[in-house]
Amino acid sequence: MDKKYECTVCGYIYDPKEGDPDNGIKAGTAFKDIPDDWVCPVCGAGKDQFEPVD
Amino acid sequence: MQPVALNDFIYWVGAIDWDLRNFHGYMTQRGSTYNAYLIMDEKITLIDTVKYYLYDEMIERISKVVDPSKIDIIISNHVEMDHSGGLPRLMELCPNATLITSPNGAKGLETHYKKHWNYKIMKTGDSIQLGKTSLQFILEQMVHWPDNMACYMPQTKILFSNDAFGQHLATSERFDSQYPLDIIMLEAKKYYANIVLPYDTQTQKVLDAVSTLDIAMIAPSHGIIWKDHVGAIVTQYNNWAANKTKEKALIIYDTMWNSTKLIAHAIKNAFEQKHIPVQMYDLKTIHISDIMTDVLDAKYICVGSPTLNNNMLPTVAAFLTYCKGLAPKNRVGLAFGSYGWGGQSVAQVEAILAEMGWKLLPAIKVNYVPDAQLLVTIAQQVFENLHTM
Ligand SMILES: Cc1cc2nc3c(=O)[nH]c(=O)nc-3n(C[C@H](O)[C@H](O)[C@H](O)COP(=O)(O)O)c2cc1C
Ligand SMILES: [Fe+2]
Ligand SMILES: [Fe+2]
Ligand SMILES: [Fe+2]
Repeated sequence: MDKKYECTVCGYIYDPKEGDPDNGIKAGTAFKDIPDDWVCPVCGAGKDQFEPVD
Repeated sequence: MQPVALNDFIYWVGAIDWDLRNFHGYMTQRGSTYNAYLIMDEKITLIDTVKYYLYDEMIERISKVVDPSKIDIIISNHVEMDHSGGLPRLMELCPNATLITSPNGAKGLETHYKKHWNYKIMKTGDSIQLGKTSLQFILEQMVHWPDNMACYMPQTKILFSNDAFGQHLATSERFDSQYPLDIIMLEAKKYYANIVLPYDTQTQKVLDAVSTLDIAMIAPSHGIIWKDHVGAIVTQYNNWAANKTKEKALIIYDTMWNSTKLIAHAIKNAFEQKHIPVQMYDLKTIHISDIMTDVLDAKYICVGSPTLNNNMLPTVAAFLTYCKGLAPKNRVGLAFGSYGWGGQSVAQVEAILAEMGWKLLPAIKVNYVPDAQLLVTIAQQVFENLHTM
């Protein structure tokens, strides 16, 4: 299963199972497949600010 | 300039900003304090500092207890300069002190002060021994900056909560038993509404962590220390973080020739008829940060603007931009306004209310001046539409 990723700025967790449908990311989308211009829905930080959660 | 004892070895050594009236756009009619706390254990520890221009006041208070250069540990719970502003001079005074902060705190302090201090980084669950006592750290990520952190001393049951539970209130009294409670609560509410409100999920996380602690005192970084009313403020934070609202209506508008004001009062009549408490705000007479205090627990938010050069009035745009950033949830919105020809303002207002995810009552748009008959019809329509909510 694809990993969850955490925003190091605000602590938001991206869960591939849920996606981010409000911002056009369908449920089931792996973090690596999210477009590069996507930003954290809570704080606006870019994709490069995220780290995988073990 | 005296320190204030919290017990026989912990002192409030902060500063009082009596004249502060505008804190980054938030009206602070009662001023504020920046709270720093000195712990006289084997390791002498200071929790947070004050704004740079009140550094000498903090040092004078510390000096009444101990020579400030003897401080061993400095804890920076928040990068924002109202609490870190004293650090550059303090670190010169205590070059060997350990500077404790959160992971985002270290990054933030570096970008603010361009100094490579001797950081020791703490995460939730980490703790340090000061001698007889210890401090446990709890990250308060995004309440309200990425770096916010709290610390808890189990031996005295004091939670040093930083901005959470704070109030902008300049007083010489330090405890909640010494000052009118309704004013402390109102300022805590205003603080939450203007600073913490966007981050309900993150606040809930902090409240969950706090609920596992046995707390005798909450010592925030602004205002009064909670001692007799710890339960009350924690309950309020739980309500606010859950976006719980009351049956209450706010009608917020600006007007050029009073037509929008007439509509505002017709809407008010509908709420009165429904026995729902209602409050009027002409944006020319009240600051947006004071309106937000009331928005925090009101269910109905009606916003009105006439059209000015194809746009809503700048005062209404300012309120809506501010409100949208603070992101109150689960409200019912109503857009209204008068216009002459193009009439774009009402749709612009309604679009922002919709963006916040609010339920909407049908908008009200009137060409030029509404007559008495139309105003009665408007009140009736709003009254009937309220049944659907
Ligand atoms: C209440 C408050 C909220 C803030 N919210 C954000 C934010 O959402 N995103 C962001 O990038 N920075 C945010 N900041 C950080 C400021 O943009 C940052 O401190 C900036 O350096 C201030 O610039 P100035 O000195 O010109 O005011 C916020 C600051 C404050 C005081
Ligand atoms: Fe984020
Ligand atoms: Fe802050
Ligand atoms: Fe603060």
